[in-house]
Amino acid sequence: MGGLAHYLEREGLATTQISLIRIHTEKIKPPRALWVSFDMGRPLGEPNDAAFQTRVLSAALGLLDEKEGPVLKDFPEDAAYMGESGPWACPVNLAVPQEDLGEEGKLIAAFKSEMNQLRNWYDLAVERRGRTTVGTSGIGLDELPDFIGAFLTDALPPNPNPAFHLGHSLNLATDDLKAFYTEAVTAQPGCAGTPDQLGDWFYGQTAAGKLLYAIRDKHARSDDRFLRLVARALLIPSARPQPPA
Amino acid sequence: MARMEHMHEGTRTHLENLPCPAFETTPSVQAPPAGQRRVAIVSTAGLHQRSDRPFGVGSDDYRVIPGDVTANDLVMSHVSTNFDRTGFQQDLNVLFPLDRLRDMARRGEIGGVASYHYSFMGATEPEKMETAARALAKLMKDDGVNVVLLVPV
Repeated sequence: MGGLAHYLEREGLATTQISLIRIHTEKIKPPRALWVSFDMGRPLGEPNDAAFQTRVLSAALGLLDEKEGPVLKDFPEDAAYMGESGPWACPVNLAVPQEDLGEEGKLIAAFKSEMNQLRNWYDLAVERRGRTTVGTSGIGLDELPDFIGAFLTDALPPNPNPAFHLGHSLNLATDDLKAFYTEAVTAQPGCAGTPDQLGDWFYGQTAAGKLLYAIRDKHARSDDRFLRLVARALLIPSARPQPPA
Repeated sequence: MARMEHMHEGTRTHLENLPCPAFETTPSVQAPPAGQRRVAIVSTAGLHQRSDRPFGVGSDDYRVIPGDVTANDLVMSHVSTNFDRTGFQQDLNVLFPLDRLRDMARRGEIGGVASYHYSFMGATEPEKMETAARALAKLMKDDGVNVVLLVPV
């Protein structure tokens, strides 16, 4: 990001940026930067909190009034989600008996059942928010479970996007899957969740999360270089290398 | 957490060792007074309109996001899985504060919001975005933009 600031400012445009990784900003020295303490992925901090986001934005734009640069200042507030949070649990019971998840067929069946259970909440979320982030794969929600589930079998699915490698389609499909789960569960009462809580739930408590770990393990040594890359690096966050016990 | 000490060790080590571009000097352009600022957002979150081509591994190009984009038409195809997306999934303004800028313009805190905004996919070496960035600068100036808000992911 700091590099972009340099390039644009050299072309005559005043820039200001939000910084998530302070050590990078210290090295790159862009003209103006506001470091924030929020998670990567949340540069404006708190979802659905216009007042908080505006304070962050005003602070970043306010750096344009500094007389000399480079400027690097720290935003003084943490986002509300970063405070102490109580127990969080998805009210819709998705728990599947562990003995049912060991076999490939049962895991895929549990995954499909889970998506069915969440579908009503997802549809409600879309209606209430007026938006969804699901759809970059171009695969419909009714087809998504079969497409992703097929990667756990010995027969890879047909590629729905001929312009991309099959691995890219898998990457986009699993992003759609994760978005579906988040948008559905956060529509439920009291289920806003912090990034860690939502991540712990998805990767640790759902059949979908377990399926992604299984697909990663199955294709981590694929002969297909791109599929191997997707499996190893783009399905599961590096901070969650193993499924929770 | 964007505080390094709270990050997973592997993530922290990766970020600490990530090469950063070096610049001998830092340029400085004086911004106009607040009420005359026409602001464009440049994101590195891999955002684009729903009908646009998704980003892929190594993408160093950008997508154009019209200023009148609807919330449902803005999607993300960044390849990395190592940042939180749940905030964006609940509220696009958590990483693309278009509504907040519109609010500020209505209140007269800035002069206006650009007709077009732009997104790169940040999992790319910064140097590879330089050519596109310089071309973007001309487009933004033609749009009357005089301030760029850079928002990372």
